[in-house]
Amino acid sequence: MLTPKQVIDFYFLEARHQLLEVAALLDRYDAAVARAAGHDAGDPRLTALREAIAALADRSPAGERTVTLLELFAKT
Amino acid sequence: MQIIQPHYHAIARTAQDYERMAMSGVVAVAEPAFWAGFDRLYPETFIDYFRQISEFEPTRAAQYGIRHFCWVAVNPKEAENPTLTREVLRHFPEFFAKPTVLGVGETGLHKSTKNECDALEAHVDIAMKHGQLVLIHTPHLADKAHGTKRVLEVLAGMNVDRERVWIDHVEEQTIKPCLDAGYWVGFTLYPITKCSPKRAVDMLEKYGTERILVNSSADWGPSDPFTLQECILEYRRRGHSLQEAIEVFHNNPCRFLGQNPKFDIRPIRVEAAVEEPACG
Repeated sequence: MLTPKQVIDFYFLEARHQLLEVAALLDRYDAAVARAAGHDAGDPRLTALREAIAALADRSPAGERTVTLLELFAKT
Repeated sequence: MQIIQPHYHAIARTAQDYERMAMSGVVAVAEPAFWAGFDRLYPETFIDYFRQISEFEPTRAAQYGIRHFCWVAVNPKEAENPTLTREVLRHFPEFFAKPTVLGVGETGLHKSTKNECDALEAHVDIAMKHGQLVLIHTPHLADKAHGTKRVLEVLAGMNVDRERVWIDHVEEQTIKPCLDAGYWVGFTLYPITKCSPKRAVDMLEKYGTERILVNSSADWGPSDPFTLQECILEYRRRGHSLQEAIEVFHNNPCRFLGQNPKFDIRPIRVEAAVEEPACG
């Protein structure tokens, strides 16, 4: 089983990569809205992504983050 | 689709990669000199390495119908040995004369030390004196922004032809200053540690396609030459035409590398064949 330091040592770069992909998706969406003359119809999936990001930022979640996100995405 | 892989460390890859690249439309690769994973101690080690990538590697690529070109340089990590660097640089002109050597690369910075900056300057200087192209490696991860700024500062203090200088491994935080300064830039697509195919297409759409090269680098570490093809797929998926893809992934390498006449592959244009009338 991994120590806390090993968890970060093993998975930090991968997580960094994945978060950059999410950041790029949000930037891409904003660019597409700008090309559509600012028309942003919104999308429940985007709302779910933003709620998921907020949930990840919680340092003391009530339950497992993966469960929280899976339940959140199940509603979209 | 015809593809040029402009930055590819073939010496670190198996023949199967060549086979699969050939099957997916790669017609040429260009191989910069890079860090072997350990610090070389002797000038002869570099000379034999340059011989391998300029003499043997083209024959290996040719078995799959792929043209192979290369560059020579002392890697930034090894620039911490200035005596070795100077001795290796003395041999560059003999390699500039070889039929597949395109210029000096990949030089650049790793931790942006004084020795590295001095070596970068010496590499660019010898390239300009001999009319060679330049390929510059910018640092990875947390060192990238500062290192790229230092690269631009070093270059700004020299008399360089900016159209003949390619600053590679740019990302979202470094692309604009490099393009604004008039250099060519490259996106290097890695599974985890560098840019990704989707982010590369985002930057192509934001900044346009002029003076931009896309590559997979592909070396002895976790890397995949087919991130380039993934990028092409993503680019097409977003509605860009076949000719637009050829402009980026074949013709831009032709435009930059073709500034050295040894790189004699020309840009191409796809045209519909004129239909012949039915007989009878």
